Amino acid sequence: MTAGSAAPRPSASGGPASLTPADPMRLSEISGTAIPVEGNDIDTDRIIPARYLKEITFTNMGEYAFYDERFEESGAPKTHSFNDPRYAGASILIVNKNFGCGSSREHAPQAILRSGIRAIVGESFAEIFAGNCTVLGIPTVVLSAEEIGTLMSAVKQNPKLRIRVSLAEKTLTCDGRTLALQVPDTVWKALTEGTWDSTRLMLANLDKVRKTAAKLPYLSGFAGAA
Amino acid sequence: MSGKTLYRKVWDAHVVGRLPTGQTQVLIGLHLIHEVTSPQAFDMLREQGLKVAFPERTVATVDHIVPTKNQGRPFEDDQAEAMMSALEKNAREFGIRLFGVGDARQGIVHVIGPETGLTQPGMTVACGDSHTSTHGAFGCLAWGIGTSQIKDVLATQSLAMSELRVRRINVNGALGRHITAKDVILAIIRKLGVKGGIGHAYEYGGSAIDRMSMEERMSICNMSIEGGARIGYVNPDETTFAYIRGREFSPKDGAFDRAVAYWKSTASDSNAAYDDVVDLDAASIQPMITWGITPGQAVGIKEHLPRPEDLSSDDRAGAELAYRHMGLEPGRRAEGIPIDVAFIGSCTNSRISDLRAAAAAVKGKKVAPGVRALVVPGSNSVKRQAEAEGLDRIFREAGFEWRAAGCSMCLAMNPDKLKGREVCASSSNRNFIGRQGSPTGRTILMSPVMVVAAAVNGKLTDVREFVEASP
Repeated sequence: MTAGSAAPRPSASGGPASLTPADPMRLSEISGTAIPVEGNDIDTDRIIPARYLKEITFTNMGEYAFYDERFEESGAPKTHSFNDPRYAGASILIVNKNFGCGSSREHAPQAILRSGIRAIVGESFAEIFAGNCTVLGIPTVVLSAEEIGTLMSAVKQNPKLRIRVSLAEKTLTCDGRTLALQVPDTVWKALTEGTWDSTRLMLANLDKVRKTAAKLPYLSGFAGAA
Repeated sequence: MSGKTLYRKVWDAHVVGRLPTGQTQVLIGLHLIHEVTSPQAFDMLREQGLKVAFPERTVATVDHIVPTKNQGRPFEDDQAEAMMSALEKNAREFGIRLFGVGDARQGIVHVIGPETGLTQPGMTVACGDSHTSTHGAFGCLAWGIGTSQIKDVLATQSLAMSELRVRRINVNGALGRHITAKDVILAIIRKLGVKGGIGHAYEYGGSAIDRMSMEERMSICNMSIEGGARIGYVNPDETTFAYIRGREFSPKDGAFDRAVAYWKSTASDSNAAYDDVVDLDAASIQPMITWGITPGQAVGIKEHLPRPEDLSSDDRAGAELAYRHMGLEPGRRAEGIPIDVAFIGSCTNSRISDLRAAAAAVKGKKVAPGVRALVVPGSNSVKRQAEAEGLDRIFREAGFEWRAAGCSMCLAMNPDKLKGREVCASSSNRNFIGRQGSPTGRTILMSPVMVVAAAVNGKLTDVREFVEASP
């Protein structure tokens, strides 16, 4: 296992970002610098190689984000935005189409979260990945291909560019320009109303779960008439 | 008025209520867990002081990290041993049934769910693995979920979800000789794209699907997720009921007849309305292979690999990256691409019918010199059955290694991995970069019989000619 040799991504000068926002539940905006990861169909194996899934906690996942894209087998670094000190401290990840396709592994959004990313802006997202992001409180918001292209170029030219993702207004502001974000209603509600902790929401309905179960013939062994 | 789809009926029967997020809380009837995605969920339960609400509705097995050569404990890999121990501890502590290493029922979770009779029509099924769509072959709704959702199911026996659109995919007519379910699903993904199914459930039907065995239907549903569809299913019919009868967890005696009546009632109505319908001509499907790094980058064995300039601008960049990784020349014939490794296994193609077909194709032949070849049965039960039929001997005599059950080289979270730039003819489901354990390794997806043909000739070969040329 080469895990021990993983170089952590350069972090913000202010120290590692906190994993818990000030109000842990309601998210209204994420501001900061951005980091582009270009390419369509970036799958979860590329976000976090399967060999790192063997760890039984998520603690170290940030160090392994995009590992094989960032390092040669010898451990020598490759050219990748996550190795580029100009993007140190970025909290907004910019991606292209179908980001996060592939497996349902939550290690992928965990790796991204623990790299300091608090929001992902892209052309489109794989469904399971986007759902896994939402339950961790990471918005996955959508702009057009053209807008993403412009945004990526602007960030590459000036990595210190401040970007503001307002969930409340469904806008992204950058360089004096404001773009309308597409955010699925369910994701938007969960994040802005602070209801993304689905376990808490559903636990409140445990009696209704039992009632629903009682009506399903297979949960009573098909006893009696179906 | 139009009728209802199975999706609609099963969903409606499992709705607990509407959540403030706008999502629906849906009861999960069967929860399957394995060692890789569950330990963090149990950790979170403990942290938050939560219990498992319905421990009898969760069943655990071990598949991703188990070695397929030496399964003695402790495992040689410390991390694999830690995962296995964590699963054993969690199962014990929370009262969950575990089919561990050495248990006759252990195997790949998507193989053992069906073969033990746990998977049944009309159910909702969830598992922390994207290939959970496999179980849809039985006419249930089966979702792959992440670790936070595993925590949800453990704590509440439910998931917060939004409804999907339903796309009916008809495969009509007769498949050609040696054309398998794997070729059908690769052809479907090629046609609809790896993103085509996002937001959809795929309902597979048509005369070719109707004639398929349960194991073939499982191969089809298994790869729904590779087409972007989180779930895929086939309506239950007599083939389904016959498969389920007599298995350990299937309903017994009078209960079985009542179950069949219920299962039939969950099938899509003949006048059900779909969000869209796609038709495929079964006779047009060729043996398929992938040339790139997504399962949608596939061609028939008699075709030439596409030139990036002939593809849509959307697909071009992906194709260029794929060619750089694969080291294949655009425009070349699919036939004749040399391989180094041949792998038969995975939740897509490791069941007894896959092994029977592969063994029949390889009988009396030899794996080409320099090719490393292995067969990994999907479960202990498949392994026992294959050995009883002498299939292991046929594989061994041909030069294949015969292994114990597990996920093996499909995702290489165990000692079975590609080395360096090896090219693997693989019956698995994903050709993503690095998937088979080497960051520079290359995967070519195909059916088990196509893997056999490639293994024997040392290069991609049309299985129809391979079999028919045999004495």
